[in-house]
Amino acid sequence: MNESMALTESTYYILLSLYTPQHGYGIMQKTEQMSEGRVRLAAGTLYGALNALCDKGWIIQLPVADGSRKKEYKLTEKGLKVLSTELERLRQLVANGDSVLNKEEA
Amino acid sequence: MERKTLRKWFWAWNFDKEEEWLEEMARNGWTLDGVGFCTYHFIRTEPGEYSVRLQYLPIAEESGEYSSLMEESGAQRVGRMVQWVYYRKKTVDGSFELFSDLDSRIMHLDKISRLMLIIAILNLVIGVINSFHTPGSLGWVNLVLASLLTYGLGRIHGKKEALEKERRFRE
Repeated sequence: MNESMALTESTYYILLSLYTPQHGYGIMQKTEQMSEGRVRLAAGTLYGALNALCDKGWIIQLPVADGSRKKEYKLTEKGLKVLSTELERLRQLVANGDSVLNKEEA
Repeated sequence: MERKTLRKWFWAWNFDKEEEWLEEMARNGWTLDGVGFCTYHFIRTEPGEYSVRLQYLPIAEESGEYSSLMEESGAQRVGRMVQWVYYRKKTVDGSFELFSDLDSRIMHLDKISRLMLIIAILNLVIGVINSFHTPGSLGWVNLVLASLLTYGLGRIHGKKEALEKERRFRE
């Protein structure tokens, strides 16, 4: 897998939200808050994504508190690296967009 | 509380039409309250008070974690009809979608196709064996079912293709 391939928006926000450990619903709330309501992770989408991200080793599930149905997740080192790489990619994207589109205003 | 029960058959590949029908009922003040095999129980509510959605979710995949995630996002589980689960959510609590990106919607269609494919192949095999080994058997019924499911698979494939086309540009 080419490690410089772009992340989807959902993946990006899930990883970003898990910079601090969260429950599934916490991820939904943080994402909505950070994106000012633009990105709303639906339960069906989030649930599938969390399992897939665990499989990839980008996040891990934390041990569950006695009897709690809610699982908590957090970013792994690999996940943090992926996130940082993605941020760099996005920075370049924005810089290029700005220079091309906002050239006239300069 | 006013109630009514309707019996209706929807093919698996027309689950979106089923959802549209349930949404229309809800818009008219009849909200889904329970399900049975091909049976829908409704209660009288304010028109448009609820939004109803359904999802293909095999029993093995419905975990306590998923249920609590749905609950926390404000969705109420209405019931299960074999491999399909139904939810409703009050419209005042915000828009209701089970999938928020193309990839998860494509995966959902994939899961439905997989089941249909297995049943189609089973019917094909049983139908062929019966037709050629047991004269006067009802093997043709299995073959008809296999053909019908193949048609259904074609329909689902069409829906998937439409999403995948869009996926080239957006998520």
